[in-house]
Amino acid sequence: MSFITRGFSGRSRERDDRLPPGQTLVSDFPVLSAGPTPEIDTADWEFTIRTESGMHSWNWDEFMALKIDDVDTDIHCVTHWSKLGTRWRGVSLDTLFEDVETEYDYVMAHSYGGYTTNVPLDELLDGKAWVAFEFDGEPLDPEHGGPARLLVPHLYFWKSAKWVRGLVMMDQDEPGFWEQNGYHIHGDPWKEERYW
Amino acid sequence: MQHVDGNAIAGPLAEFFAFDVTTATARCIGCGNVAELARAMVYMSAAGTVVRCGSCDQVLATIVESGDRAWIGFSGVSAIEVRRG
Repeated sequence: MSFITRGFSGRSRERDDRLPPGQTLVSDFPVLSAGPTPEIDTADWEFTIRTESGMHSWNWDEFMALKIDDVDTDIHCVTHWSKLGTRWRGVSLDTLFEDVETEYDYVMAHSYGGYTTNVPLDELLDGKAWVAFEFDGEPLDPEHGGPARLLVPHLYFWKSAKWVRGLVMMDQDEPGFWEQNGYHIHGDPWKEERYW
Repeated sequence: MQHVDGNAIAGPLAEFFAFDVTTATARCIGCGNVAELARAMVYMSAAGTVVRCGSCDQVLATIVESGDRAWIGFSGVSAIEVRRG
């Protein structure tokens, strides 16, 4: 039996149930990077999905002509910060995969600058991931991954690859950049899948 | 040929790494450049430290730290030269 009731503890002292374990709320937007910030002109930008049978690609104009979603979501960085209620605009991976046929179940995201990260395909579909180009009503800053980044908010934010340039389908799960170097192959913040 | 477990390299590695490793020269697998690690470009963030080749930007090494655990990767280095004595 507990003697602490909501009335005594006060709501402000309760842990926000939107925060995964080990996370702290921030109001700013920390920048984490593994190298120099690529400056990609949208005139040169291209996004591709490569499968076992071929390649699908979109230039910026073709990409912007796709169905665009407004996304309101919480994000969680493995370095223990979380940001609640962030607002993005982007193209759902469901839209991008509409005409893509593949038997493979795993995806490697590739970025301008060479970064990679792996995500199972079923964790990118059904409204779980986007290629986002706008944050908080503004075009995405290069330091936050602009012109476009992957947004996979239910996984730790290193999976939301900045400067994303394409997805490559894989028949088995392979570790991306951070996953090869100490971070968890999957990265679920609610299970605290931070490291190997 | 038989193999032994990793404990066998504890002695050699203690010898190699019981000094300032940044004075060692490393060969980049990207461009073949050989340079002291101290000349590399190091990007430090809360997620980890990324060491890149000063010539071609290739990732040479990474360091991820979390409390009492640390991961040190040399994914972009073909060899490190350590001068003895």
